[in-house]
Formats: sequence, structure tokens, C-alpha cells
Amino acid sequence: MTEQPQPERQPYEQSFYPAVPTRFTKAMRTNLLWQFFRFVILNIKMLRMVRKH
Amino acid sequence: MARLVILGGGIAGQTAALHAKKRLGGSHEVLVVTPNSLWNWIPSNIWVGVGVMQPEQVTFPLAPVYKKTGITYFQAKAVSIHPEGDADNPQPFVTVEHTSHEKKGQRETVTYDYLINATGPKLNFDATPGLGPLHNSQSVCTFDHAAHASKALDELVARMQRGEKKTIVIGTGHGTCTCQGAAFEYLFNVEFVLRQRKVRNNATIIWISNEQELGDFGIGGMHIKRGGYITHSRVFTESLYTERGVKWITRAHVKEVGKDTILYEDLDGNEKTVPFDFAMLLPPFAGVGLKAFDKQGADITTTLFAKSGFMLVDGNYEPKPYEKWLPSDWPNTYQNPKYKNIFAVGIAFAPPHAISKPMINPKGTPIFPAPPRTGMPSGVMARQVAFNVTDMMQGKSTVPTRQASLAKMGAACIASAGSNFWNGTAVSMTMYPIVPDFQTYPDTGRQLRYTSGEIGLAGHWIKHLLHFAFLYKAKANPFWRMVPE
Repeated sequence: MTEQPQPERQPYEQSFYPAVPTRFTKAMRTNLLWQFFRFVILNIKMLRMVRKH
Repeated sequence: MARLVILGGGIAGQTAALHAKKRLGGSHEVLVVTPNSLWNWIPSNIWVGVGVMQPEQVTFPLAPVYKKTGITYFQAKAVSIHPEGDADNPQPFVTVEHTSHEKKGQRETVTYDYLINATGPKLNFDATPGLGPLHNSQSVCTFDHAAHASKALDELVARMQRGEKKTIVIGTGHGTCTCQGAAFEYLFNVEFVLRQRKVRNNATIIWISNEQELGDFGIGGMHIKRGGYITHSRVFTESLYTERGVKWITRAHVKEVGKDTILYEDLDGNEKTVPFDFAMLLPPFAGVGLKAFDKQGADITTTLFAKSGFMLVDGNYEPKPYEKWLPSDWPNTYQNPKYKNIFAVGIAFAPPHAISKPMINPKGTPIFPAPPRTGMPSGVMARQVAFNVTDMMQGKSTVPTRQASLAKMGAACIASAGSNFWNGTAVSMTMYPIVPDFQTYPDTGRQLRYTSGEIGLAGHWIKHLLHFAFLYKAKANPFWRMVPE
């Protein structure tokens, strides 16, 4: 287990305004099934880019 | 038999050399001049910098690869180019100085019929007092710099494990730096490692850069479709910094790196300081300092090179304001306009101007990123130039026929944000074109269909896969051409 960062969000400071991901969004970033699917999609996107050269 | 000389054996130089030799076979000679005995997959240096990889994992000896492929190898650095030969002989040549243990310091001349300059950058640490591993900050530009940074980071973590609070500053060490992406990767890998070692809460992490906004990356940022909106990369980048608890300072020109304080100038011209215990700041790049002489021995360096030391090619170098920049300003063939048998690829060619909008503070200090031209674009332009040159050597063409303008080329970039097979992440980006074209795509400068970005574990897997794929390719192992640039 890794230690979680401690965002310091205070009103009117720079970190107060940006959008931050929900727990679900963060969980999906390392969800193996979803990420395997994204792995395939990302490879297709990159190959498409390579073919444009 | 004609001879193609390639100066530099990095990503661009190696790509050009392998493709050229494959096409020329034994009918012509390919000769590489590079001061290094090892090839380095530079994108993985950030992992060496946090101790995830060792230098041996991102390097390999060049000599056996060149022996296997039949490429002549000079472990030497180029000193000067003589495109007209000299008074005695009109054959163009390069003066080189050997760097190998056996011949160190010896100079000799190497004649050429065609020349590709892929020398990469000079890491200009001298531009900022106190900058660099010889002074007060770390770097990940080379594998030995990265190993040095890893050691310093380990020492810092040990202190944090004893309960000490530390401040880490990562970013760019001058107002004209490029390669913000590498600093970005190192930032989030450090943050990830601190979490793994359970000392994150003892660290204040600060990003400092010359970007006008976060997410600029020297390409003016990019727009992507996400969540029903067309959104600028600034939004996603600020989100990631906030999520990981990283503070940021943008529009900063670092003026001096002291023992424990960074002095910087902002876009309003104010001087400010930020204290640090550990800093990794990238240096600005310059040309490697090659000189050029005509047949009479007169210095013609300014004919061949821009003031920055990068080589002039077929770009439009007419100075003009941002509003008048055009995609057509960017070079297509990377051929020197005066000496048609000389080409420059990768970082070695002089860009016509920046990609990000130039910003100058009231004191006249430029604070904006130089254009990045590493990684995938560097490989693509090297391949195209190698194809053009070999066609010309074989008499198939008298002019370069293939083009590789950054304004007509896309790129895929993977930026690591933490290395772990199960819970690591990386930002995966694609963009088309690299140089925004506001004539064709008036709203965002890029084609949204081919411009995307997302963060996740899949990106880390791809980055890791690319590490092995590109090392495999650079070693010219069987079917190496199957790995695209």
C-alpha cells in the first residue's frame, strides 16, 4: 500500500480551483480490466498516429 | 563508394544510421561519430533518477551493434565542419576529436559525401549560476546525472524517514528551457516514490517552470474532448497537481540556484525566492558548439548555424511576431539551404521559432519554453532524412522527396506519473499536428480526432513496453524495423 497524498485545499489558494477526480475516477485509473481495455485503445490510437507519418 | 557521416548516436543519430545502412547495404559506407561508448534510452532516465532502474538497464555498448550492422564507428566528438574541403582538396570533411580511452584527445579529419548532424544538445548548465549536478541541483538529462539524482533522493528520503520535513523543487532551471515533459515525469515519479516509502507527508513538493500555464509543455498545450467539453491540457494538469498535492510556480525564469534557495524572476519582472532541500532543474539546451570553415579557412559558422548553435535547415527563419507564425515556417526536409549534402535532425536542427507564445518580462527577460523536438518526432525526421539521403546516394533522386515537418506530423507521448505494474500511472497523449495549425483548425490549432490525453495504468504499461521495444530496436536485433519510430 502506498501512502496517500494529502492535498492542502484552502479557499482562494491555487489548489482550490482545479477539478479533482472522484474516488471512482481514481479507482478506474488502476482497475485492471478497464485499464486492459484502455491499453488496447491507446495502442490503436498510437498506431493510427504512426500510420499518419 | 560514397560515405555518409552521421554526427551523433542518440535517438535521431541511431535511427538515421540503422535505416541508412539497411538501405545502402555494402554499396556505400555509413560512419557514425559519437563521443559516447553507450547508447542511452533517455526517456527512461527519469526511472533511474528515482532508483526504479539502474543505468545498465537504460544503456548498452554501441560498438558491438555497429560491428554487427557494418557501420563504421568513431568514438569521437565533431569539432568543425568544412563543407567545401580546404585549399588542397575540395572533398568536404569534418574534424573530430577522439574520446575513447585509447585515442583520447587525438584529432583527425573524416571526409564525407553526405552529412547528417544529429548531435543533440549541449546541456547548458552554465546559463544559470549554481545549476546542475556539479553545483546545487540535480538533473536527469543523462543516465549518470540520473543515478546521481537517485542517490541524493535516497539520502533525502532517509532524513524524512527520521521525521524531518523537506522541500523538493522540480522543473526548469532557466527561462528558455524545453523538455518540460521530462521534468513533469520526474516530479510525479518522485511523488510516487515518496508515497511508496511512506514519507510523502514530510515533503512539500513544488513545480517551477517557464511555461505560461501548467500543461503547456512547450507546445502551447493542447485541447482534448473529455466529459462533454473541449478542454485545454491546463485543466487536466492543474487537476493532477492538486490531486497529488504539488504546488506550482509558472512563468518563472530561474536566475540562480544557491545552496538551499532558488532565485527566480517572474513575468512581471519581480525577483522571488523559493527554498529547497532537493532540486531537479533541467538546463536550457544549446547547440554543441560546432564550428564551420570554408575552403580558405574562413569562419562560416553563421552560414551553417543559428545563434543558438543549432543547424540552419529549410525552415523560414525570418523573425516575425507570434501572430504571423505559420505552419509553413517549419522545415520539411531538414536540408541545409546552402550545402545540399548537409542535413540536421532531432534537437540539432534550428527551429524557426518557438511553438508556445513568446513572453518577455518588463526587464526584457524571455520566459517561455523552447520547442521540444525529441522522442517520436526526432525518430521520424531521422528516418525520413535517412531515406532521402540514401535515395540521393543511390542516384534515385537528386533532391529530398520525403518530408517530416513538425507542422504536418503527429506525436504520441507517454509521460510516466509513477512506476509500478499494478498501481503506477502515466499520461498518454496523442496530438496532431505537433505545431498548432490555426489556419486549418481555427479553434484549437489541432485536429481533435487525433488529439487526446488520459491518465492511467495502461499508460504505464505502454511506457514500460516502449522502453524494451526501443532498446531492442536500437540494438538492431532481428525485425528491428517492425518497431515504429
